[in-house]
Amino acid sequence: MKKQLIGTVATIAMLAPGLAMAEDGVIKIGLLAPQEGVFTEGGNDGIRGFQMALNNYDSEIDGKTIEWVLGPTDETPDNAVRQARRLIEQEEVDFIIGPLSGSQGIALRDYAKTIPNKTIIDAASGAMETTYVEPAENYFRYNANGMQWGYGLGSYVIEEKGWTRVATIAADYSFGYTNFMGFAVDFCQAGGEIVDRFWLPLGSGDFASIIAALPYDVDAIYLGVGGSDAINFLNQYEQAGGDTNLIGGTIMADQTVLSARGRAKEALVGTPTSGPIADDWDNEGWKAYVENYQTTFPEGERFASPSLFATNYYNATMAALIALDEIDGELDDDHANFHAALSAIDMEAPNGRITVDDKRQAIASVFITEVVEGDDGNLYNTFKSRVEDVDQMLGMSEEEFAALGLPSRDTPDCEALRNQ
Amino acid sequence: MNDLIRRNPVWTVVIALAAAVLLYFIVAPWSSGMEEVLGRKQIFLNAVFNGVTLGALYFLVASGFTLIFGLMKNVNLAHGSLYLLGGYLGYEVSEATGSWLFSFVVVFIAVALLGVVLQYTVFRRMEGEDLRQTLVTIGISIVLADIMLWLWGGSSYQILSPDWLRGPVELPLVAAVRGDDIYFLRYPSVRIAILVASIVLGILMWLALNRTRIGMLIRAGVDDRDMLAASGVRVQIIFMVVFAFGAGLAGVAGIVGGTFQSVVAGEDMRFLLASLVVVIVGGMGSILGAALGAVLIGLAEQLGSVYAPTYSVVFTFLIMAAVLAFRPQGLMGR
Repeated sequence: MKKQLIGTVATIAMLAPGLAMAEDGVIKIGLLAPQEGVFTEGGNDGIRGFQMALNNYDSEIDGKTIEWVLGPTDETPDNAVRQARRLIEQEEVDFIIGPLSGSQGIALRDYAKTIPNKTIIDAASGAMETTYVEPAENYFRYNANGMQWGYGLGSYVIEEKGWTRVATIAADYSFGYTNFMGFAVDFCQAGGEIVDRFWLPLGSGDFASIIAALPYDVDAIYLGVGGSDAINFLNQYEQAGGDTNLIGGTIMADQTVLSARGRAKEALVGTPTSGPIADDWDNEGWKAYVENYQTTFPEGERFASPSLFATNYYNATMAALIALDEIDGELDDDHANFHAALSAIDMEAPNGRITVDDKRQAIASVFITEVVEGDDGNLYNTFKSRVEDVDQMLGMSEEEFAALGLPSRDTPDCEALRNQ
Repeated sequence: MNDLIRRNPVWTVVIALAAAVLLYFIVAPWSSGMEEVLGRKQIFLNAVFNGVTLGALYFLVASGFTLIFGLMKNVNLAHGSLYLLGGYLGYEVSEATGSWLFSFVVVFIAVALLGVVLQYTVFRRMEGEDLRQTLVTIGISIVLADIMLWLWGGSSYQILSPDWLRGPVELPLVAAVRGDDIYFLRYPSVRIAILVASIVLGILMWLALNRTRIGMLIRAGVDDRDMLAASGVRVQIIFMVVFAFGAGLAGVAGIVGGTFQSVVAGEDMRFLLASLVVVIVGGMGSILGAALGAVLIGLAEQLGSVYAPTYSVVFTFLIMAAVLAFRPQGLMGR
């Protein structure tokens, strides 16, 4: 008897997801966001950004209700694909917004090719390959990638700071190469010289020997590491008595590093860095957006100011909703009208104008910021300048950009760029 | 020692020569020809010193691990968690009291007590059951890691060294000669302090093991536990003392690691792995072996990170593989 009962329950449980059929008058969005692992906090803030975008439309497009289902992920690519499949096959969502991290984006680009009649809108992932190497027709991304994030910083340090000779240290993996390349291309084009490049293995903890190997006669040192590696590096740099100027990669001076305990981060004060947002940007749209974030969510259930994850999720969702509005909420069976509307997006996002190129990758603004110490003793990034309309080929033609090569330890060739 | 030299005359000469060459590299100023081939002397000196100081940290973690293993045949895979807990507690104590040195005392006692509790409530019940101990200690390490993540979150903590250890000092070693100017090696003082402390601790441990009554009991226990128990010694108490000491050392190492690196979730596994490698290279149960293994691994990591960054991770495991192939009991193992 008991066995039978369990059997029945199990059968119903298996059938139940199949019952969730797409109803008329409802548009269903699948949202991928990390709910465990290192990006959990980022994922939660992403969901906040998503909800703010839905609130702008009261969850309704031309009389159609918008429903959404969460696909909880961790930080691994296979998990993201599994959740995306669940959303598409069992929850029967119309399109997916997500994922958050780089390697997940690449995995979902490949998955997108197997579901050409659906759509995936990237939420916050930063890998360049996702939209540059064999991109999928139905995969759209409205945030700048890791290489774009580095663009503009190089010419800034040359023009504003007068630092023309640098040594670089960056993390020895895909994001490290990509983010560094964005900086280096611009820096070398503006006439800068990279004296030496060092690559740090992730999570190796003790960088003292590399610090000792840094050349003396440079104007500044570019640091493209993040998280606890960044803290360890700064700590040992200070203990070794280092006092050269620093230039930060995008993850070097983010809140995880700036809010760590200890005095290591103090070495960062005055360090210029670049990324997709600047907390204190004096712009009407941005300030309204920050205020909206702060009033929508009670203190204690949000960050002090929206993180880049909230902003990227917000922008991705806004792009989707604008496109849906454009087509009156009527999706073609093969999403052709939706894809066309998504490709035509030209929106004024909180962090500047966003359009997409023919590979469906965002053309967006990059912010140059500098680390300063606030009155309360906390460190934060203050707005310095903004580079508008940075595309994923950094303003070059397709051939020129392809000639640079894909991000790696030796790309780009600084000498060649400088002499152009 | 003399016996060892008599049995391996060739190896003794090779090792002595290698040591002499190394010493020459460290002390003598480098000619410009040497600098061309080997890079700046400063880089080499720093890498060697960093390797030794990193080795000192590994030694602190691994010596407790190896003592516990040698005496109780207990592979305590929660050893890394004790290290991490020590780091967090050290941070809290030094923040609250403002005293770096005081945190060592508190952490040693607190983590040692945890060690006693673990030994008394858990390991005593499964003596001699290797597989069960392994699984249980893995379980404990997972539970402890999650509790610490809950209490301290995922951000990194740095334990501040006192002001008299801030910044670098000049060592009487020539780093570079540029024209008529002689530059001496500038080296972080906190690392030197840690190195000196580890050497002192190592010597004290060696003396305690070889010159005191309790050390004699421990050595007897390592050799033949049953016979020791049969001769009327209360083995359980010795076990408890050794476990407490080993755990306390791991905790103290956590403060050291938190001072010149940082305390963050995940370090527990890194240091467990490091101490496993050190102990395998040095020989299970040998203090001298732990010291030798720790310095070897530290040097391999640091020299590797400068001279062959791509392969620096591999060197550690190459050393381990070589030791396992040619001397499976470890360099100093029996």
